[in-house]
Amino acid sequence: MFRTTINPILRVSRPATSILPRRFISTEIKEALDGAVNSSPVVLFMKGTPEFPQCGFSRATIQILGQQGVDPSKFAAYNVLEDPELRDGIKEYSQWPTIPQLYVNKEFVGGCDIVTSMAKSGELAELLEANDCLVPVEEPQDSSANVKPAQRS
Amino acid sequence: MSLTVESLKEIIEDRIETTLVQVEDMSGGCGQAFAVIIVSPLFKGKNKLMRHRLVNSSLKEEIASIHAFTQKGFTPEEWEAQGGK
Repeated sequence: MFRTTINPILRVSRPATSILPRRFISTEIKEALDGAVNSSPVVLFMKGTPEFPQCGFSRATIQILGQQGVDPSKFAAYNVLEDPELRDGIKEYSQWPTIPQLYVNKEFVGGCDIVTSMAKSGELAELLEANDCLVPVEEPQDSSANVKPAQRS
Repeated sequence: MSLTVESLKEIIEDRIETTLVQVEDMSGGCGQAFAVIIVSPLFKGKNKLMRHRLVNSSLKEEIASIHAFTQKGFTPEEWEAQGGK
């Protein structure tokens, strides 16, 4: 399924004497999260890693993405358990109280419940297809037809 | 303040206009995981994300205090159409 995924570690330095209330994320963290969300067409904030999810909801979501055929080269997962700032920050950033959280092309899609029901209805496949996030379908070898499809914007 | 099936159901009914609320404790009694079904006319014309956001914002503190929260939202019409069990 997913190969050892890019597992960028979100490191943001915080002034030791920060007096900012915890619930308002700092500009630094917001920028780091912008970067994370932009890092791949499909981005999942989860508990654990794709290989070792550490929560049933994260596990279910990663399985669904695998079943849908998400292209591993277009996928990044961030383990919120590695970083308390990421864990709290992403909830504030997305205005979403739970983990996992799925982004496709910088757009927040939803959590496990939404991803599950979108997978059932076929909406998820449509969304991933429209954003060109799936593993290309193997086509019969025909050199004359070996034309790269135009890049979708 | 730990949540129970009853208290969470009451909170939801207080804060959201609903015709039906079902709460299930998925935690085995520790009060940390709930699955809810909410039927509300407020969901009309809203997609899943907007429905979840509506519920999430009404239950901000409660969701933050528990480990797992799963929700399904239907309009009364959708609920009836799918057999309303």
